[in-house]
Amino acid sequence: MDTSQYLEIFIEESKEHLQSLNETLLVLENSPDEVDMINSVFRVAHTLKGMAGTMGFKRMNSLTHNMENVLAEIRTGNIHITPELLDILFQCLDALEQYVEEITNTGNEGEEAYESIISQLNDILKNGGTTSGAAKESSATPLLSPEKTDESKGKANKTELNEYEKNIIKKANESGMLAFALRVKIDEKSMLKAARAFIVYKTLEDMGEIIRTEPSTQDIEEEKFDQEFRIFIVTEHDKEQLFKEVSSVSEVAEVEVDLIEISDELATEEVPAVIQTPAAKTVELEKAVEKPKAAQPAQSKGDSGSKPKTNTTVRVDVERLDNLMNLVSELIIVKNGLETVGKGSQNANEQIEYLERITTNLHESVMKVRMVPVERVFNRFPRLIRDLSRNLNKKMELEMSGEETEIDRTVIDEIGDPLVHLIRNSADHGLEKPEVRISRGKDEVGHVYLDAYQDGNNVVIEVSDDGNGIDVERVRAKAIEKGAISEEEAAAMKDNEVIGLLFRPSFSTAEQISDVSGRGVGLDVVKTKIESLGGDIEVKTELTKGSKFIIRLPLTLAIIQGLMVELAGEKYAIPLSSIQTIEDVDISEIKYVQNEEVIHLRNKVIPICHLEKNLGIVRQEEQTRQKMTVVIVNRGEKLLALAVDSLIGQQEVVIKNLGQFLGDVKNIAGATILGNGEVALILDVNSLF
Amino acid sequence: MENKEKQVIDSEAADQILKQYIVVRFNKEQFGISINYIQNIVRMTSITRVPNVPDYIKGVINLRGEIIPIMSLRIKLDLEPDEITNQTRIIIVNVDDKLVGLFVDEVMEVLILEDEQIEKQTKEGTDKKSKYISGVGKLEDRLISLFNVEQIIAD
Repeated sequence: MDTSQYLEIFIEESKEHLQSLNETLLVLENSPDEVDMINSVFRVAHTLKGMAGTMGFKRMNSLTHNMENVLAEIRTGNIHITPELLDILFQCLDALEQYVEEITNTGNEGEEAYESIISQLNDILKNGGTTSGAAKESSATPLLSPEKTDESKGKANKTELNEYEKNIIKKANESGMLAFALRVKIDEKSMLKAARAFIVYKTLEDMGEIIRTEPSTQDIEEEKFDQEFRIFIVTEHDKEQLFKEVSSVSEVAEVEVDLIEISDELATEEVPAVIQTPAAKTVELEKAVEKPKAAQPAQSKGDSGSKPKTNTTVRVDVERLDNLMNLVSELIIVKNGLETVGKGSQNANEQIEYLERITTNLHESVMKVRMVPVERVFNRFPRLIRDLSRNLNKKMELEMSGEETEIDRTVIDEIGDPLVHLIRNSADHGLEKPEVRISRGKDEVGHVYLDAYQDGNNVVIEVSDDGNGIDVERVRAKAIEKGAISEEEAAAMKDNEVIGLLFRPSFSTAEQISDVSGRGVGLDVVKTKIESLGGDIEVKTELTKGSKFIIRLPLTLAIIQGLMVELAGEKYAIPLSSIQTIEDVDISEIKYVQNEEVIHLRNKVIPICHLEKNLGIVRQEEQTRQKMTVVIVNRGEKLLALAVDSLIGQQEVVIKNLGQFLGDVKNIAGATILGNGEVALILDVNSLF
Repeated sequence: MENKEKQVIDSEAADQILKQYIVVRFNKEQFGISINYIQNIVRMTSITRVPNVPDYIKGVINLRGEIIPIMSLRIKLDLEPDEITNQTRIIIVNVDDKLVGLFVDEVMEVLILEDEQIEKQTKEGTDKKSKYISGVGKLEDRLISLFNVEQIIAD
C-alpha cells in the first residue's frame, strides 16, 4: 500500500502524541499513582503503535509494542512505577522522537532498532517492575511464569485473568459476545512455528478482539514458546467456528476451545474439543506465510529511496478559516459594487473605503492563520529542565507563563534552539549548587523562568533565573586573559559592554567545561540566530540575584513596518524596528574621525553611511545641499547614520524574496510591492554595520 | 479503441508543442526560444534596479505579486546594450522553478521546427554567443539560432 500521501498527517499527529506523552510522563514522575495519566500514556503508545504499523514503520511499531506491553502491566497494577521505569519510558520517548525526526527528514524510519531499550522493557516485564519490592510480589502473575503455562495444559483458560480483562469480558457478555480461551498446539516438526502462530493469531484477530496471549505476543512472534500457546478472545462467533478456522491453519496439531464465563469468578465450562490435524504442508499456505515477510523488506527498500522533505504545515482553527471566507465574500460584494460605480449609481469613495476596511481585516486574518502559540516550543522545556536537574545534580524548577502568546510559524521553528541554549546556560552557569544557595539564604530549589508576552509589534520572550547572575569582573578578567581585549580597554569598558562580550564567538566563563554548556558555542550562535529572525537580545543581570535574557522578536516575518526613503530617485524600505531616530543634519556638523565621516549627536559619535556606495548608485550630478537627512539605525548598541535624499513615509511592507534565481543579494533583505505596482527593495540594515 | 486513437492524437499534439519555438529578434538576427520554457510574455514595465548583482541583471519587476529578476540577453551575449522601444518585450522563462525575465527587441512569431530542420551546434564555441546557442533552425531561407535556455539561466 502506498502510504506516502499520509506521511504528513502521520508526522504531524505523531508529534502531537509524543508531546502529550512527554507531558503525561512528567506528571507521572511527580505523582506516579495517577490512574488517568497511566491510561493516557497507554493510549498514546497504543495509537502510535497502530499508526506506525499502518505506515509500515516496523521498528517504531516494535518499540511501541514493547512499551505497550509494559504499560499494560502498569495499568493492571502488576508493575509499579519506579524512577528507573520512568527513565526507560523517557528513553522510549526520545527514541520515538528520533524515529519521527528521521521520518520527517527522509521519509524512512532509519536502521536504529533501540534493542537495548526493548530488552530493558522486557526485563521489566520479566521481573515485574525492576527493583521495586512491591513490584516483585506481583511477579508471581501467572501471565509470565512458564510453569503455570505448563500446568494449564489441557485447560486452556485456567489462568487468572486480571480485573481489566475480566471487565472486558463482562462488557462483551453484556453486548452478546462470548469470551473463549484457545490452546493451540503447533506440530512438533514445524519449521515455522512463529509463522504458524502468527497465522492463527491473524485468523483470530479477524474474528474478534484478542484480549491476551500466553506467552506474550512479542514472545510468540519471536518463537519463544514451546509448541503451544494460548489466546484469549472476545468474539461474536461460536466455539465451532473458532475451532474450524484455527484447525484449518496448516501444521496446527491440536486446538482446544473453552468458553470463559466471568459471572461466577473464573468458574469455567470446560468442553475440550481436541482434534488432530494432518501435519501435511499446503503449498498455498506456505506462500501466504512467506508473503508478508518478503513484502516487508521490499517495501522498506522502496521507502529508502530519497523522499523529499515533508512540507511544514500549520494547523488552523476552523473559525479563523471561516473568518477568512467571510472576508473574501465581502471582497466579492465590493467588487460587484465597484462595477456599478461606473454607471453612476454608487459613490466610488464609499466603495473604496469599504474595500480598504476589508483588505485590512483580510490582512489581519491571514496573519492570524500563520500564527501559532509559543507553547509549541515551550512544551519541551519541562523535560529539558528535568534532565538538566539530574545531569547537573541541582534541584531546579521551571516556571512558564504566556505560553498562549502567538508568533509566526516561521519564527517558531527557529526559536527553539536559541531558547534551549539560554535555558541550559541558566541551569548550568546561572543556578548555584544547592550548598551555595542555602548559604546565601535562598531556596534550595533553583528557579528558571520562561515568560512570553506580546509588546506592540513584537513578541518578547524572557529567560531568567534566580541564580548567581553574571560576574562582570570575572568576564572582564576572562576577556583579558583570552586576549579579546587589552587591560586598558577592559578598564574603560562599562559593565553592559563587558556583558556584551559574552555574545562574542568562543567565549565561555564556565570554569569547567560540562556536558551541558561552557564550550563557548552558545551565546554568539543565539545572538546570530535571533538577529537573523529580525529580533534582538539583551541581558540584565545582578550579581547573586540572577540574570535575565530578553529576546525581542517581530510578530511576523512576512509583514513589517517600514520607512520608505528615496535615494537618487530610487525607493528603499528601511525596517522600522531598527530605526532609532531621524535627524536633519547641517553639512557643517559633519566631523572627521580617522578619515571617516561622523556626526556628533546627543553625546554620541555616530558614523555616517553613504548608501550610494553600498547600493551602487551613480548620481548624475553631485548634490550641493546645506542640510542632509539621516536615519539613525541600530544593531544592538551600535548606531549608524544612513544618509538619504528624502523621506517618503511609513508604511506596512509585505516582504517578498527576490526569487530563487537571484538568491541572497548583499545589503538587500528582500523586496516589496508598492501601491502603484512598482517594486521597492528592503534594506538589510544589519549588513551595513 | 477510440481512447487509444485519442491518445495517439494527443501525443502527436504534444510532440508538436515540444517542437514549437517563439522567434524573437535582436537587431536583424532571429533567435528561437523553445516554448517549453516560456511561462509568459509581457510588455515593458517599470523595472527596479537591484544593487550588487552581475551587470546583465537589469533589475526586478512585479508580475502579479511575484518578484521576477530581469536579464539582458544582449549584455550576456556581448551585444550592444538594449534599446527600449515599443516592440520590446519581456519573456518570462521557467527553468527548474526559477523564473527569469529576458529582454527581447521584438517577438515575431511561433514556429514549428522538426528535428531534421535543426542543425545541432557541434563546434565548441569560444565566444559567449555560441556558448548559449544549442543549434540552428533552417526554414526555407531563414536561419534561426536556438537559445540554450538552461545554459543561460545556469550561468
